[in-house]
Amino acid sequence: MSELTLMKGNEALAEAAIRAGCKCFFGYPITPQTEISAYLSKRMPKVGGVFLQAESEIAAINMVYGCAGSGIRCMTSSSSPGISLKTEGISYIAGADLPCVIINVQRGGPGLGGIQPSQSDYWQVTHALGHGDFHALVFAPSTVQEMADTVTKAFDLADKYRMPAVILADGLLGQMMEPVAFDEDAEIKMSDASNKPWAANGHGNRREHNIINSLYLQAAELEEKVVARFKRYEQVKASETLAESYRCEDAEIVVAAYGSVARLAKSAVELARKEGIKAGVFRPITLWPFPEKEINTACENAKKVLTVEMSMGQMVDDVRLALNCSRPVEFFGRTGGVIPGPAEILNKIKEMMGGDK
Amino acid sequence: MTNDILLAGFGGQGILFIGKMLAYLGLYEKKQVSWLPSYGPEMRGGTCNCSVCISDDPIGSPLVLEPDQLLVMNTPSFDKFIGTVKVGGKCFIDSSLVEGKSDRTDIDCYYVPATALAGENDLQGMANVILLGKMIKETGLGDEETIEKTVKKVVPPKKAHLIDANIKALKLGMAQ
Repeated sequence: MSELTLMKGNEALAEAAIRAGCKCFFGYPITPQTEISAYLSKRMPKVGGVFLQAESEIAAINMVYGCAGSGIRCMTSSSSPGISLKTEGISYIAGADLPCVIINVQRGGPGLGGIQPSQSDYWQVTHALGHGDFHALVFAPSTVQEMADTVTKAFDLADKYRMPAVILADGLLGQMMEPVAFDEDAEIKMSDASNKPWAANGHGNRREHNIINSLYLQAAELEEKVVARFKRYEQVKASETLAESYRCEDAEIVVAAYGSVARLAKSAVELARKEGIKAGVFRPITLWPFPEKEINTACENAKKVLTVEMSMGQMVDDVRLALNCSRPVEFFGRTGGVIPGPAEILNKIKEMMGGDK
Repeated sequence: MTNDILLAGFGGQGILFIGKMLAYLGLYEKKQVSWLPSYGPEMRGGTCNCSVCISDDPIGSPLVLEPDQLLVMNTPSFDKFIGTVKVGGKCFIDSSLVEGKSDRTDIDCYYVPATALAGENDLQGMANVILLGKMIKETGLGDEETIEKTVKKVVPPKKAHLIDANIKALKLGMAQ
């Protein structure tokens, strides 16, 4: 590995995408993800890749659709309002069984909202990232190094299961700098379609044409396609969940949080431990599939569970579903771009565990 | 041991730059570090601030709400943040730009006329680095070798001719 260097989360993610073989990037600027575009606009031409600033978010995601169809690893990035614009294209990509990576560096919403960090797109990304019966893989990094590492994972799994993968970050992770290491000796190899027999690319008439499409006018045919896709989703659920449990072994209260809020929760848990409260943090790294088994294991000794988010309470639904009423689940959050401080989280922990515990 | 640092001033004073210097200093001292800028409307012409955490342990919250050390380069930031410094903490103030004095007795305040010193020593635009020098001295964050390595890392290649001036500014601050 090379020496540690300080990078913004957005920049580390962009560099990691290139190293994962992402040959084409199509985007449109929006705060707080702009550093991804800025970084790739400088770097892509140097490594033989394509950086294209589209005329809109909708154009960018449809360029991804076309590029993914040719079997090339490609990516787009945006922030909350821009992701809403992309959802039509994402649904088409899912309907055509194509792999791609989509970055959402979340900001406050709804509408144009604000530009400060937020987690209020959880429902959208995990439950309704476009019309129709489909899912996308969703990863929620929590450090700058993880911003880099999850991109590689996202490209690999998107290819493996032929489905879109989303990195759900937020303004805090995108803007902050932390040490990150890349293997400087590793060769940068742009992706090609060589291991994608389904790709619609040039073949000199040596095989049948591949057709990429999401339109099936016969109901039975469409049903068959969707059911087959959901069988694949079952495989994903069974084998691709990722999570981190932090001091949960003896925890009487488990704080469930993802992304940047998990860091704040860890700080709060340290403070709680100093006051004699046995607290831990459960951090889903994949939001879809949600790590159901893992959260049940982490909460084995917990009397109570607290979900903390930068939203009015969205992931808390999945926490409750996963725990299936086995223990009470409460929620604490700040929204609109306000970051919940560790002291506020600690107060909620103390309120739940009784004043003197 | 965790050191939570908040740096604040006007956009253009180089607050984010000295934050990066501090973060690299911590990194080269083999500590865990994080750097978080304000990126909202305030950085577009208003006040600007930057949270830097330097710690022996993995950093939880990168957002500094109650700093161990505060460095301020304008009056609005001084007024806004002086009350948030932890008891026993330190505050570094460019007294050329901030007129007020703190009445807190539970923290140590260091008043350095950094902007005036920059003018007198042919270091225009480096008041930020001078004030950072004072912070480094009072907190013992890095030795001379690390400081030199840090400056060489954070001064961009296009401005390499300013490396010596930056080191001079840091040393001037450390001598205050």
